[in-house]
Amino acid sequence: MNKNVKIAVAGGKGGTGKTLVATNLFYVIKEEGKEVELIDCDAEEPNAGLFFNGNLIYHSDVMLKVPEINTSLCVYCGKCKEYCNYNAILMIGFSKYIKVIEELCHGCGACSIACDYSAITKKNRKIGEVNQYQVQDKALLTEARMQVGVYSPVNTVKTALKQNPHPYVQIIDAPPGTSCPFIHSVVHADYVVLVTEPTPFGLSDLKQSIETLKGMKKFYGVVINRVDEPNQEMMQYLQKENIKVLAQIPFDRDIATVYAQGGLIAQHLSAYKKVFTGLLDLIIQEICK
Amino acid sequence: MKVAITSTGNTLESDVDQRFGRCTYFVIYDTESKSVEYIPNPNKQISEGAGPASVQILAERGVNKIVSGDFGLKVKPLLDSLKVQMIVIKHTQKTVSEIIESLDH
Repeated sequence: MNKNVKIAVAGGKGGTGKTLVATNLFYVIKEEGKEVELIDCDAEEPNAGLFFNGNLIYHSDVMLKVPEINTSLCVYCGKCKEYCNYNAILMIGFSKYIKVIEELCHGCGACSIACDYSAITKKNRKIGEVNQYQVQDKALLTEARMQVGVYSPVNTVKTALKQNPHPYVQIIDAPPGTSCPFIHSVVHADYVVLVTEPTPFGLSDLKQSIETLKGMKKFYGVVINRVDEPNQEMMQYLQKENIKVLAQIPFDRDIATVYAQGGLIAQHLSAYKKVFTGLLDLIIQEICK
Repeated sequence: MKVAITSTGNTLESDVDQRFGRCTYFVIYDTESKSVEYIPNPNKQISEGAGPASVQILAERGVNKIVSGDFGLKVKPLLDSLKVQMIVIKHTQKTVSEIIESLDH
Protein backbone atom coordinates (compact mmCIF):
# COMPACT_ATOMS: atom_id res chain seq x y z
CA MET A 1 0.00 0.00 0.00
CA ASN A 2 1.24 3.42 -0.95
CA LYS A 3 2.27 5.21 2.21
CA ASN A 4 0.03 8.26 2.11
CA VAL A 5 -3.02 6.83 0.38
CA LYS A 6 -6.25 8.58 1.39
CA ILE A 7 -9.48 6.60 1.79
CA ALA A 8 -12.68 8.51 2.55
CA VAL A 9 -15.73 6.80 4.05
CA ALA A 10 -18.94 8.59 3.06
CA GLY A 11 -22.44 7.65 2.01
CA GLY A 12 -25.11 10.33 1.85
CA LYS A 13 -27.67 9.08 4.35
CA GLY A 14 -26.94 9.52 8.04
CA GLY A 15 -26.73 6.48 10.31
CA THR A 16 -25.75 3.94 7.65
CA GLY A 17 -22.50 3.00 9.37
CA LYS A 18 -19.82 5.35 8.06
CA THR A 19 -18.14 5.61 11.44
CA LEU A 20 -18.49 1.83 11.98
CA VAL A 21 -16.62 1.20 8.73
CA ALA A 22 -14.05 3.99 9.24
CA THR A 23 -13.13 3.02 12.82
CA ASN A 24 -12.84 -0.69 11.99
CA LEU A 25 -10.75 -0.05 8.86
CA PHE A 26 -8.48 2.14 10.99
CA TYR A 27 -8.29 -0.64 13.56
CA VAL A 28 -7.26 -3.39 11.11
CA ILE A 29 -4.58 -1.17 9.52
CA LYS A 30 -3.31 -0.17 12.96
CA GLU A 31 -3.18 -3.83 14.06
CA GLU A 32 -1.06 -4.67 11.02
CA GLY A 33 1.46 -2.22 12.48
CA LYS A 34 1.10 0.19 9.59
CA GLU A 35 1.19 3.96 9.98
CA VAL A 36 -2.36 5.24 9.86
CA GLU A 37 -4.39 8.32 10.70
CA LEU A 38 -8.15 8.39 11.21
CA ILE A 39 -9.61 11.82 10.52
CA ASP A 40 -13.11 12.40 11.85
CA CYS A 41 -14.55 15.07 9.54
CA ASP A 42 -18.08 14.75 10.87
CA ALA A 43 -17.45 18.02 12.71
CA GLU A 44 -21.08 18.55 13.73
CA GLU A 45 -20.94 15.47 15.91
CA PRO A 46 -17.54 13.81 15.86
CA ASN A 47 -17.71 10.43 17.57
CA ALA A 48 -14.88 8.28 16.24
CA GLY A 49 -12.95 9.27 19.39
CA LEU A 50 -15.39 7.26 21.52
CA PHE A 51 -13.82 4.06 20.24
CA PHE A 52 -10.17 4.82 21.07
CA ASN A 53 -8.15 5.98 24.02
CA GLY A 54 -5.38 8.32 23.04
CA ASN A 55 -3.22 11.11 24.38
CA LEU A 56 -3.92 14.59 23.12
CA ILE A 57 -0.81 15.64 21.20
CA TYR A 58 -2.11 18.62 19.26
CA HIS A 59 -4.90 21.15 19.64
CA SER A 60 -5.78 24.21 17.62
CA ASP A 61 -8.70 26.59 17.49
CA VAL A 62 -10.17 27.33 14.08
CA MET A 63 -10.81 31.03 13.71
CA LEU A 64 -12.86 33.19 11.39
CA LYS A 65 -12.12 36.88 10.81
CA VAL A 66 -15.25 38.84 11.64
CA PRO A 67 -15.72 42.62 11.44
CA GLU A 68 -15.53 44.94 14.41
CA ILE A 69 -17.00 48.41 13.89
CA ASN A 70 -15.37 51.45 15.42
CA THR A 71 -18.41 53.61 16.16
CA SER A 72 -16.33 56.76 16.56
CA LEU A 73 -15.34 56.50 12.88
CA CYS A 74 -18.66 55.12 11.54
CA VAL A 75 -20.90 57.63 9.75
CA TYR A 76 -23.88 55.21 9.54
CA CYS A 77 -23.96 55.33 5.73
CA GLY A 78 -25.14 51.70 5.59
CA LYS A 79 -22.80 50.66 2.77
CA CYS A 80 -21.37 47.73 4.78
CA LYS A 81 -24.88 46.50 5.49
CA GLU A 82 -25.74 46.64 1.78
CA TYR A 83 -22.59 44.72 0.86
CA CYS A 84 -23.32 41.97 3.40
CA ASN A 85 -25.03 39.03 1.76
CA TYR A 86 -25.77 37.27 5.04
CA ASN A 87 -27.75 39.85 7.05
CA ALA A 88 -24.87 39.94 9.51
CA ILE A 89 -24.94 43.73 9.97
CA LEU A 90 -27.88 45.54 11.48
CA MET A 91 -27.94 49.33 11.20
CA ILE A 92 -30.57 51.86 12.21
CA GLY A 93 -29.26 55.20 10.93
CA PHE A 94 -31.47 57.58 12.90
CA SER A 95 -30.69 55.82 16.18
CA LYS A 96 -26.94 55.71 15.35
CA TYR A 97 -27.16 51.96 15.98
CA ILE A 98 -24.92 49.46 14.25
CA LYS A 99 -24.21 45.87 15.22
CA VAL A 100 -22.45 42.85 13.76
CA ILE A 101 -24.30 39.58 14.27
CA GLU A 102 -21.21 37.38 14.42
CA GLU A 103 -23.12 34.10 14.16
CA LEU A 104 -24.29 35.07 10.67
CA CYS A 105 -20.92 36.36 9.41
CA HIS A 106 -19.19 34.18 6.80
CA GLY A 107 -15.95 36.15 7.07
CA CYS A 108 -16.00 37.21 3.41
CA GLY A 109 -14.61 40.66 4.16
CA ALA A 110 -16.98 42.54 1.81
CA CYS A 111 -17.95 44.97 4.60
CA SER A 112 -14.37 46.16 5.10
CA ILE A 113 -14.06 46.74 1.35
CA ALA A 114 -17.34 48.67 1.39
CA CYS A 115 -16.33 50.99 4.25
CA ASP A 116 -14.89 54.31 3.03
CA TYR A 117 -14.16 55.52 6.57
CA SER A 118 -11.81 52.80 7.85
CA ALA A 119 -14.32 52.08 10.59
CA ILE A 120 -14.12 48.31 10.17
CA THR A 121 -11.31 46.23 11.60
CA LYS A 122 -11.24 42.45 11.95
CA LYS A 123 -11.13 40.22 14.95
CA ASN A 124 -10.94 36.48 15.43
CA ARG A 125 -13.98 34.42 16.31
CA LYS A 126 -13.61 30.75 17.25
CA ILE A 127 -15.70 28.54 14.97
CA GLY A 128 -14.24 25.14 15.72
CA GLU A 129 -11.28 23.15 16.93
CA VAL A 130 -9.00 20.37 15.81
CA ASN A 131 -7.71 17.80 18.28
CA GLN A 132 -5.19 15.12 17.51
CA TYR A 133 -4.62 12.04 19.63
CA GLN A 134 -1.86 9.47 19.64
CA VAL A 135 -3.75 6.17 19.77
CA GLN A 136 -0.75 3.91 19.28
CA ASP A 137 2.87 4.35 18.28
CA LYS A 138 2.07 4.85 14.61
CA ALA A 139 -1.65 5.55 14.79
CA LEU A 140 -3.24 8.98 15.07
CA LEU A 141 -6.81 10.12 15.48
CA THR A 142 -7.58 13.64 14.29
CA GLU A 143 -10.93 15.15 15.15
CA ALA A 144 -12.68 18.18 13.63
CA ARG A 145 -15.19 19.67 16.06
CA MET A 146 -17.23 22.74 15.23
CA GLN A 147 -18.66 25.21 17.73
CA VAL A 148 -22.40 25.08 18.43
CA GLY A 149 -24.34 27.58 16.34
CA VAL A 150 -21.72 28.02 13.60
CA TYR A 151 -23.26 28.07 10.10
CA SER A 152 -20.78 25.70 8.45
CA PRO A 153 -18.17 23.12 9.51
CA VAL A 154 -16.16 23.48 6.27
CA ASN A 155 -13.25 25.56 7.63
CA THR A 156 -12.91 23.22 10.61
CA VAL A 157 -12.93 20.16 8.32
CA LYS A 158 -10.30 21.72 6.03
CA THR A 159 -8.07 22.55 9.01
CA ALA A 160 -8.30 18.97 10.32
CA LEU A 161 -7.37 17.54 6.91
CA LYS A 162 -4.28 19.77 6.77
CA GLN A 163 -3.09 18.72 10.24
CA ASN A 164 -1.24 15.60 9.09
CA PRO A 165 2.31 15.71 10.42
CA HIS A 166 3.24 12.34 8.92
CA PRO A 167 2.61 10.84 5.48
CA TYR A 168 0.42 8.12 6.98
CA VAL A 169 -2.40 6.22 5.34
CA GLN A 170 -5.49 8.32 5.98
CA ILE A 171 -8.99 7.07 6.72
CA ILE A 172 -11.37 10.00 6.45
CA ASP A 173 -14.74 9.66 8.18
CA ALA A 174 -16.92 12.04 6.13
CA PRO A 175 -20.11 13.71 7.34
CA PRO A 176 -23.50 12.63 5.93
CA GLY A 177 -25.07 14.51 3.04
CA THR A 178 -23.65 15.59 -0.29
CA SER A 179 -23.12 19.28 0.39
CA CYS A 180 -19.95 21.30 1.08
CA PRO A 181 -18.77 19.45 4.24
CA PHE A 182 -18.93 16.15 2.32
CA ILE A 183 -17.21 17.61 -0.77
CA HIS A 184 -14.34 19.02 1.30
CA SER A 185 -13.92 15.73 3.18
CA VAL A 186 -13.55 13.65 0.02
CA VAL A 187 -11.93 16.14 -2.37
CA HIS A 188 -8.36 14.86 -1.82
CA ALA A 189 -9.27 11.19 -1.35
CA ASP A 190 -7.80 8.57 -3.66
CA TYR A 191 -10.80 6.35 -3.10
CA VAL A 192 -14.26 6.79 -1.56
CA VAL A 193 -16.07 3.99 0.26
CA LEU A 194 -19.81 4.70 0.19
CA VAL A 195 -21.64 3.05 3.09
CA THR A 196 -25.34 2.52 2.53
CA GLU A 197 -28.23 0.44 3.83
CA PRO A 198 -30.77 -1.60 1.83
CA THR A 199 -33.66 0.86 2.26
CA PRO A 200 -35.27 3.33 -0.18
CA PHE A 201 -33.69 6.18 1.80
CA GLY A 202 -30.28 4.55 1.63
CA LEU A 203 -30.58 4.08 -2.12
CA SER A 204 -31.86 7.60 -2.75
CA ASP A 205 -28.96 9.21 -0.90
CA LEU A 206 -26.47 6.75 -2.37
CA LYS A 207 -27.50 7.85 -5.87
CA GLN A 208 -26.94 11.49 -4.93
CA SER A 209 -23.49 10.68 -3.52
CA ILE A 210 -22.57 8.77 -6.66
CA GLU A 211 -23.72 11.58 -8.95
CA THR A 212 -21.61 14.02 -6.91
CA LEU A 213 -18.53 11.77 -6.99
CA LYS A 214 -18.91 11.27 -10.75
CA GLY A 215 -18.75 15.04 -11.14
CA MET A 216 -15.60 15.05 -9.00
CA LYS A 217 -14.10 12.21 -11.08
CA LYS A 218 -13.48 10.10 -8.00
CA PHE A 219 -13.06 6.34 -7.68
CA TYR A 220 -15.54 4.68 -5.37
CA GLY A 221 -17.15 1.44 -4.24
CA VAL A 222 -20.07 0.54 -2.00
CA VAL A 223 -20.44 -1.18 1.37
CA ILE A 224 -23.99 -2.28 2.17
CA ASN A 225 -24.61 -2.37 5.90
CA ARG A 226 -27.43 -3.99 7.90
CA VAL A 227 -28.33 -6.45 5.15
CA ASP A 228 -31.21 -8.73 6.12
CA GLU A 229 -32.60 -9.41 2.69
CA PRO A 230 -31.17 -8.11 -0.58
CA ASN A 231 -32.67 -4.91 -1.88
CA GLN A 232 -33.38 -5.73 -5.54
CA GLU A 233 -33.69 -2.14 -6.61
CA MET A 234 -30.33 -1.25 -5.09
CA MET A 235 -28.59 -4.27 -6.62
CA GLN A 236 -30.06 -3.50 -10.05
CA TYR A 237 -28.93 0.10 -9.80
CA LEU A 238 -25.38 -0.87 -8.76
CA GLN A 239 -25.20 -3.44 -11.55
CA LYS A 240 -26.48 -1.02 -14.16
CA GLU A 241 -23.96 1.62 -13.05
CA ASN A 242 -21.23 -1.02 -12.87
CA ILE A 243 -20.41 -0.10 -9.27
CA LYS A 244 -18.45 -2.55 -7.16
CA VAL A 245 -19.96 -3.85 -3.92
CA LEU A 246 -16.91 -4.07 -1.67
CA ALA A 247 -18.61 -5.71 1.31
CA GLN A 248 -21.98 -6.55 2.80
CA ILE A 249 -22.39 -6.38 6.55
CA PRO A 250 -25.36 -8.36 7.90
CA PHE A 251 -28.10 -7.03 10.15
CA ASP A 252 -26.70 -8.56 13.31
CA ARG A 253 -27.64 -7.87 16.91
CA ASP A 254 -24.08 -8.68 18.05
CA ILE A 255 -22.79 -5.73 16.03
CA ALA A 256 -25.22 -3.39 17.76
CA THR A 257 -24.25 -4.76 21.17
CA VAL A 258 -20.52 -4.30 20.65
CA TYR A 259 -20.94 -0.91 18.98
CA ALA A 260 -23.22 0.44 21.69
CA GLN A 261 -20.54 -0.37 24.27
CA GLY A 262 -17.98 1.61 22.32
CA GLY A 263 -16.31 -1.53 21.01
CA LEU A 264 -14.88 -2.35 17.60
CA ILE A 265 -16.45 -5.34 15.86
CA ALA A 266 -13.18 -6.19 14.08
CA GLN A 267 -11.63 -6.57 17.53
CA HIS A 268 -14.43 -8.29 19.45
CA LEU A 269 -16.18 -10.41 16.80
CA SER A 270 -13.65 -12.53 14.92
CA ALA A 271 -15.94 -13.04 11.91
CA TYR A 272 -15.92 -9.32 11.26
CA LYS A 273 -12.17 -8.93 11.43
CA LYS A 274 -12.11 -10.89 8.15
CA VAL A 275 -14.78 -8.61 6.69
CA PHE A 276 -12.63 -5.55 7.30
CA THR A 277 -9.28 -7.04 6.27
CA GLY A 278 -11.06 -8.27 3.13
CA LEU A 279 -12.56 -4.82 2.56
CA LEU A 280 -9.14 -3.22 2.95
CA ASP A 281 -7.60 -5.64 0.45
CA LEU A 282 -10.34 -4.87 -2.07
CA ILE A 283 -9.93 -1.11 -1.64
CA ILE A 284 -6.16 -1.43 -2.20
CA GLN A 285 -6.78 -3.55 -5.31
CA GLU A 286 -9.18 -0.93 -6.62
CA ILE A 287 -6.73 1.91 -5.96
CA CYS A 288 -3.89 0.01 -7.64
CA LYS A 289 -5.97 -0.70 -10.75
CA MET B 1 -46.46 54.25 19.57
CA LYS B 2 -45.95 51.76 16.75
CA VAL B 3 -46.61 48.09 17.42
CA ALA B 4 -45.73 45.31 14.97
CA ILE B 5 -47.78 42.12 14.96
CA THR B 6 -46.56 39.12 12.99
CA SER B 7 -49.46 37.90 10.87
CA THR B 8 -50.33 35.00 8.60
CA GLY B 9 -52.22 37.29 6.19
CA ASN B 10 -52.98 40.87 5.26
CA THR B 11 -56.35 41.24 6.98
CA LEU B 12 -57.36 42.10 10.53
CA GLU B 13 -58.97 38.66 10.79
CA SER B 14 -55.70 36.86 10.00
CA ASP B 15 -54.11 34.82 12.77
CA VAL B 16 -50.96 35.91 14.54
CA ASP B 17 -48.00 34.20 12.86
CA GLN B 18 -46.15 32.10 15.43
CA ARG B 19 -42.79 32.83 13.78
CA PHE B 20 -41.09 36.19 13.99
CA GLY B 21 -38.33 36.30 11.33
CA ARG B 22 -40.20 34.14 8.83
CA CYS B 23 -43.75 35.37 9.33
CA THR B 24 -45.89 36.08 6.25
CA TYR B 25 -46.84 39.69 7.03
CA PHE B 26 -45.89 42.37 9.51
CA VAL B 27 -48.90 44.40 10.60
CA ILE B 28 -47.81 47.78 11.94
CA TYR B 29 -50.39 49.40 14.15
CA ASP B 30 -50.03 52.99 15.30
CA THR B 31 -51.74 53.32 18.70
CA GLU B 32 -52.16 57.10 18.32
CA SER B 33 -53.42 57.47 14.73
CA LYS B 34 -55.04 53.97 14.81
CA SER B 35 -53.62 53.36 11.33
CA VAL B 36 -52.75 49.85 10.14
CA GLU B 37 -50.06 49.02 7.61
CA TYR B 38 -49.40 45.58 6.10
CA ILE B 39 -45.84 44.76 5.04
CA PRO B 40 -45.18 41.44 3.24
CA ASN B 41 -42.10 39.91 4.87
CA PRO B 42 -39.31 39.69 2.25
CA ASN B 43 -37.31 37.45 4.62
CA LYS B 44 -39.80 34.59 4.74
CA GLN B 45 -37.78 32.32 2.44
CA ILE B 46 -34.21 33.59 2.81
CA SER B 47 -31.62 30.99 3.71
CA GLU B 48 -30.25 32.55 6.89
CA GLY B 49 -30.52 35.61 9.08
CA ALA B 50 -34.27 36.09 8.66
CA GLY B 51 -34.62 37.23 12.29
CA PRO B 52 -32.07 40.07 12.26
CA ALA B 53 -33.19 41.14 8.76
CA SER B 54 -36.76 41.41 10.08
CA VAL B 55 -35.54 43.42 13.08
CA GLN B 56 -33.94 45.80 10.57
CA ILE B 57 -37.28 46.31 8.75
CA LEU B 58 -39.23 47.04 11.94
CA ALA B 59 -36.60 49.13 13.74
CA GLU B 60 -36.18 51.33 10.65
CA ARG B 61 -39.90 52.10 10.89
CA GLY B 62 -39.61 53.10 14.53
CA VAL B 63 -41.51 50.15 15.97
CA ASN B 64 -41.26 50.03 19.80
CA LYS B 65 -43.19 46.86 20.52
CA ILE B 66 -43.56 43.51 18.69
CA VAL B 67 -46.21 40.83 19.21
CA SER B 68 -45.32 37.36 17.93
CA GLY B 69 -45.38 33.67 18.80
CA ASP B 70 -41.69 33.53 19.70
CA PHE B 71 -38.36 35.28 19.19
CA GLY B 72 -35.15 33.49 18.29
CA LEU B 73 -31.81 33.55 20.08
CA LYS B 74 -30.19 36.01 17.66
CA VAL B 75 -33.15 38.36 17.74
CA LYS B 76 -33.69 38.74 21.49
CA PRO B 77 -30.42 40.57 22.33
CA LEU B 78 -30.85 42.81 19.28
CA LEU B 79 -34.34 43.89 20.30
CA ASP B 80 -33.19 44.35 23.89
CA SER B 81 -30.37 46.65 22.81
CA LEU B 82 -32.78 48.58 20.55
CA LYS B 83 -35.20 48.86 23.52
CA VAL B 84 -38.00 47.21 21.56
CA GLN B 85 -40.43 45.32 23.77
CA MET B 86 -41.23 41.70 22.85
CA ILE B 87 -44.67 40.26 23.61
CA VAL B 88 -45.04 36.51 23.21
CA ILE B 89 -48.46 35.07 22.36
CA LYS B 90 -48.02 31.34 22.58
CA HIS B 91 -50.36 28.34 22.70
CA THR B 92 -53.46 30.45 21.93
CA GLN B 93 -54.66 31.29 18.45
CA LYS B 94 -55.41 35.02 18.28
CA THR B 95 -56.31 37.23 15.34
CA VAL B 96 -54.63 40.56 14.57
CA SER B 97 -57.80 42.45 15.48
CA GLU B 98 -57.97 40.74 18.89
CA ILE B 99 -54.40 41.89 19.57
CA ILE B 100 -55.17 45.44 18.44
CA GLU B 101 -58.22 45.49 20.69
CA SER B 102 -56.18 44.44 23.72
CA LEU B 103 -53.55 47.07 22.86
CA ASP B 104 -56.22 49.79 22.86
CA HIS B 105 -57.51 48.86 26.30
